[in-house]
Amino acid sequence: MASNTQSTEAAHGGAEAAGMPQLDFSTFGNQIFWLVVTLVVIYFVLTKIALPRIEAVLSERQGTITNDLAAAEELKQKAVEAEEAYNKALADARAEANKIVAEARADIQADLDAAAAKADAEISAKAAESEAAIAEIRAGAVDSVKAVSKDAAKEILGSMGYKADAKSVTAAVTARMKG
Amino acid sequence: MAEQGAKQGAGPIIKIAFFAVLAVVLLSGVLFSPAHPGLAIHPMDQFEIKPLFGDGKLGMFTVTNQTLWMVLAIIGIVLMLVVGSSGRAIVPNRSQSVAEMAYGFVYKMVEDVAGNDAVKYFPGIMTLFMFILFANFLGLIPTSFTATSHIAVTAVLAMIVFVFVTVLGFVKNGAGFLGLFWVSSAPLALRPILAVIELISYFVRPVSHSIRLAGNVMAGHAVIKVFAGFAAALGMFSFLPILAISAVYALEVLVAFIQAYVFTILTCVYLKDALHPSH
Repeated sequence: MASNTQSTEAAHGGAEAAGMPQLDFSTFGNQIFWLVVTLVVIYFVLTKIALPRIEAVLSERQGTITNDLAAAEELKQKAVEAEEAYNKALADARAEANKIVAEARADIQADLDAAAAKADAEISAKAAESEAAIAEIRAGAVDSVKAVSKDAAKEILGSMGYKADAKSVTAAVTARMKG
Repeated sequence: MAEQGAKQGAGPIIKIAFFAVLAVVLLSGVLFSPAHPGLAIHPMDQFEIKPLFGDGKLGMFTVTNQTLWMVLAIIGIVLMLVVGSSGRAIVPNRSQSVAEMAYGFVYKMVEDVAGNDAVKYFPGIMTLFMFILFANFLGLIPTSFTATSHIAVTAVLAMIVFVFVTVLGFVKNGAGFLGLFWVSSAPLALRPILAVIELISYFVRPVSHSIRLAGNVMAGHAVIKVFAGFAAALGMFSFLPILAISAVYALEVLVAFIQAYVFTILTCVYLKDALHPSH
């Protein structure tokens, strides 16, 4: 096995006795040179292109998410405000309606009261008038009855053959009517 | 309904496939028994660095198989992070999500482990993580080359971290960085001893940091190669090592990610020590 390894090593010009290519110091300079080149290339690719781009995308996404959240919050706030305004308008309208109803009721009541008072006044005036008329009629009736009674009494006395003296007949009728 | 049918059909299909594979394995074991019986295992050959062009001489700037696979790692990273994120969509598609997930994964790691003031070193840490991750995973492709299996590579990575963190610690904290080694919560008599231990452990950091990564990656690949050698030698029983290879490969997939993660998180821990050296 050792001889095999050595022969392959020799074939590749490595000339390494230990059998570990890792310990072949003649390749170290070459390895280190290319490693450093590789690392520098990767570093520049990362710092100049890849990392800033990914960082920008990530922060942009974060910004978009934040903005969207803020917008959503704002819209929600607006919705709440709109609802409040709606409720307020509704309450206002209801209060206004109640006020109008109360006013109308008060107006109607006032009109009603005025009309009733007027009617009462008219009725009492009419009643007084009627009473006066009735009193007048009654007075008129008493006079007529008195006159008729006198005439009737005179006639009755005349037909019975008595000469009726007007003065005494009137006095007698008046006394009777009073009694 | 169709799904249910597919599920019901899946059981027998898997069984048939399993037996078919087994039959092929056994047959091939019988028919193609090794020409040279005996173990011909070269688990370390896969780590050899060979020039891609020219007569096989390896100079400082020779393009090797390792160079090729590191360039492929760069291409992979560009595909994943640059091409993947090119949509710049607010609602990402799949490839953009992958790029963003990789970004978020490392960014969160740096932030959580090393603190908020370490975030400005995030691109460097991201570079380390992406390079190790892609080198590890590309190395899992059969016949490929694993750059991170070489101690020279991981040692350079670890030394970059070590030197950067040490210099940063002194620049940020001045002599106060030495407080890292002076355990003020310990009894006074013990502190010098602890300081020596802390100092040694501090300088061992890059060693363990680099060997952990290279060792894990190399060991797994070597084990797979050893099993492959068994498979070639065992004839009709070669399916046993092949099953073992499948199991080890699954483990290797895990290791490829975990080692990249461990290397990165340790870098973050060291960075935290440099920024806040107090115990």
